[in-house]
Amino acid sequence: MNDTLTLTPPEAVARSPRPATPISEHIVEVISDSGEGAQRCGQSLAAIAARMGNGIWTTEIIPAEIQPPARSVAGASGIRIRMGSERVTNGGDQTDLVVAFNEQVLIGRVQAHELKPGATILLENMWHTHRDPAVVASYVKTVEALRKDGFKVYEAPLEERCRELVADPRKGKNMFVLGMLCNLYGLDAKLAREQIARIFGKKDDRVIKSNVALYEAGAAWGEANLDFKYRIPAQRSSQAQIVVNGNTAIALGVIASGMDICAMYPITPATSASHYLSEVFEKVGGLVHQAEDEIAACAFAIGASYAGKCAVTITSGPGYSLKQEAIGLAVMAEIPLVVVNVQRGGPSTGQPTKVEQGDLPAAVFGSHGDAPKVVIAPCSIEDCFYSVITARKIAETFGMVVVVLSDASLSTAQQPFPRPEFSEDWLAPPVDQTPVPPGAKPYDWDAVTGLSRRFQPGQPGGMHTLTGLAHDRASKVAYDPSINEEGLRMRSLKLAALQKTLKAPPVFGGDSGELLLVGWGSTMGAIEEAVTRLRAEGLGVSSMHLRFLQPMPSGIREILSRFKRVMTIEGNWSDKLEDELIDEDNRRYSALAMMLRSRFLVDIDCWSEARGQPIKPGDICRVARAKLESTQGRSQVDSTPSGGLTRSGR
Amino acid sequence: MSRSLSQCVIKLHEEHHDLEDYQGGVPRWCNGCGDNAILAAMQRLCSEENLAPENTVFVSGIGCSSRLPHYMKTYGFHGIHGRAFPVAEGIKMARPDLNVFVSTGDGDCCSIGAAHWIHAIRYNMNITVVLHDNHVYGLTKKQASPTSPKGLKSNTTPYGATLEPMNPLTVSLGVQGASFIAQGVDWVPEVLYDIMKAAFKHRGFSFVRIIQRCPEFMPKAFDPWLHDPQRTMLLTHANGLQLSPSLSVAYRNQREHDPIDIDRAREIASLDDPIPVGILYQNPDAPCYEDLRHAGQLRSPEYIRAGLNRELDKYTVWPDDEAQAQRAA
Repeated sequence: MNDTLTLTPPEAVARSPRPATPISEHIVEVISDSGEGAQRCGQSLAAIAARMGNGIWTTEIIPAEIQPPARSVAGASGIRIRMGSERVTNGGDQTDLVVAFNEQVLIGRVQAHELKPGATILLENMWHTHRDPAVVASYVKTVEALRKDGFKVYEAPLEERCRELVADPRKGKNMFVLGMLCNLYGLDAKLAREQIARIFGKKDDRVIKSNVALYEAGAAWGEANLDFKYRIPAQRSSQAQIVVNGNTAIALGVIASGMDICAMYPITPATSASHYLSEVFEKVGGLVHQAEDEIAACAFAIGASYAGKCAVTITSGPGYSLKQEAIGLAVMAEIPLVVVNVQRGGPSTGQPTKVEQGDLPAAVFGSHGDAPKVVIAPCSIEDCFYSVITARKIAETFGMVVVVLSDASLSTAQQPFPRPEFSEDWLAPPVDQTPVPPGAKPYDWDAVTGLSRRFQPGQPGGMHTLTGLAHDRASKVAYDPSINEEGLRMRSLKLAALQKTLKAPPVFGGDSGELLLVGWGSTMGAIEEAVTRLRAEGLGVSSMHLRFLQPMPSGIREILSRFKRVMTIEGNWSDKLEDELIDEDNRRYSALAMMLRSRFLVDIDCWSEARGQPIKPGDICRVARAKLESTQGRSQVDSTPSGGLTRSGR
Repeated sequence: MSRSLSQCVIKLHEEHHDLEDYQGGVPRWCNGCGDNAILAAMQRLCSEENLAPENTVFVSGIGCSSRLPHYMKTYGFHGIHGRAFPVAEGIKMARPDLNVFVSTGDGDCCSIGAAHWIHAIRYNMNITVVLHDNHVYGLTKKQASPTSPKGLKSNTTPYGATLEPMNPLTVSLGVQGASFIAQGVDWVPEVLYDIMKAAFKHRGFSFVRIIQRCPEFMPKAFDPWLHDPQRTMLLTHANGLQLSPSLSVAYRNQREHDPIDIDRAREIASLDDPIPVGILYQNPDAPCYEDLRHAGQLRSPEYIRAGLNRELDKYTVWPDDEAQAQRAA
């Protein structure tokens, strides 16, 4: 021992930092009853980690009910945060560390196999001294069982410590836990305090101060009572990064696209995009119109677009169904329109808060008659932003409806992406008020591309009556069968004209090989992570992710031909071959598989699940391995979830 | 939102428009259809108000009433059944400079479009609406509509309509935000024109229900009223309609009614015999939704860039050196 040590004051020795275990990534969950603020805690943790330069991806754990009964297995509300040294593209497989506000919500997560074997659990211990002996018994029994199952359980006095600081500890626990977690992962306290100031920015200083105090108490408790610590090395990007969720990215995309009007009707899980737009759109001269219903929202947007201001309507499945007739009108009359569908589980009310990719056929084939529309699907948070700008541009250039298919997973997931640099090219040209040349017709379709110049109200000489009836080039009602067919041909040709401008999608992994996984939308991160893992195992697996679902770019056929087997991975329903009545003749394939099969005449298999949760990379790996092992080139993959934990009868 | 260029150009001479500047295709309505009277009044209104055809849009849904835009020579939007109101609202919100009219019917407005109708009154946007109410579905060949008289035998009510008819006036007057509610009949065209003119001049959502004959499916429905002028009650007031001397002689059943009086308006609206004709209610001070929402703002690319960057700033993680520069600034 040297002199320096002897000179160190005793209290500083006591507070000497625990050694932090360096790790490349960790998955953390904070779960509670609804309304206890676990999501805010997790979003803040993720934001702080992102500001430090960690890769992050957040996945909200949402019960279907707004206020499910307290302490219920099905009522778990919370958030999963995956933090890594590198860029993170999905929520990952199983959780390394959980903070649970009661043991019941924890049981739900354990039963759902969401925890890694041996995972660390930080559990609120107030139930140990609860006045109801049944609660105490349940708590004690659960802790015992968890320990027996190999989980490392730490009991934490969240309520007790928070009560020392605030009157309503239930409302303050989340910031205490934030402090605890920031301490555990060595996150910057200054950034944390800034984050707290940001989230409570609209409230007065006392609220911020009390939440900072809770945060600090949590950090101190962690420092004094926990015998482990982690460090996920972070590297600050040399570029400015934006940290938002998918719905906020969509709203920012609406602003950036130069659109003036968003017409909407409240629907989960799309509404938060409109909430944010409502808050900020008017500050940039736009407006959000909350219509009386979904149909009105769509018709309002169509009216605005017709008048020269391309508009957007934001909705989810049930609302999309209601808009179908109006969408058909926009198709028929060639009015540009952007429709954002943040998909949820269906049919009918389905699973409002849960992810599903079930609306692809409705988007591609929906509305009666032949109604060609453009369908694009963002596959990252960054894509959510740019897809709206692209959609607006295509809608106006081609006089078409462009459907943007996001989903409940992207809507709440946060992921950093490079800060967009605004470009004037994103904006629409000003409303055209130049006189229409004599003799020009409102639907003067180009014979090759089907494109025509749109006449807008206010343009002298352009007066005509637009109609949802079949019409000729002068917008006169078509009574002649050949005129009806000409309109159908021209509206269809516009898709081909757009298709000719699209680039083939990139292939992730190797250019050729044993198996190509094909996906669309929010599953890209999970699929590519699975491909990376499988290739590390030496397997010849690659993936292709489609952003354009309609039209599909050229080059896909050639890519498909370079792989021995092709299989789509989708978050929707497909019939399972292990079901007794299901065979090759009656099997209903997943939407993208069906579309690819019919277009390219390739025997494309599919694997899908509609469990209301993001698809996990581990599950994709398992499916791909089974596919490679199957000798007939057809999957014998079972649909039971992976995970080492048995469903216990607790 | 950028204003149209035409607004900025100083016009050296006011363009004058004749009636034929508003006359589009030859109407394909039946002979004797009350829609013709409404169309004639509409074309006369546009001409006398000298509305620039390119700045005027007629929006409609589906039904006989909704063919009207095809017979105008302005811009027209013949959309889908029941949805004329939200389309018209979108147009007005995007372009408050345009004159927006809605032509709808008792099926289009009071049945399939009823939700939109109620809310359109509530929004009170500056739109002029004519409800062609012939008490029957004509285009689909005689089915009962919400305003069909009880007992009407139609293809869907072969034993007679079972329900009491809906009264579009009392419904409209029950909605918060109503600002102009009037009723006309096709058999008194002079008053019909005066009402439509007052409706157009009113700044707000002007709702004009026009009782019109359907010679094909309701040929005798209004005969008692046609044969007895006493059964048509004209509403007059210094703030409402004033009648010409000749009309006053023909229609002696007149009633003084101040359109600001909503209670009296509701009472009059409830009458079905005699049929009240005139302006039932007008509140010139009701705020318009497009004004409340500041529609038609000028937006330059620079404005949008600044706004977007302001929002992005909230979510930006700056690289270290830039962050310091940011804080220093």
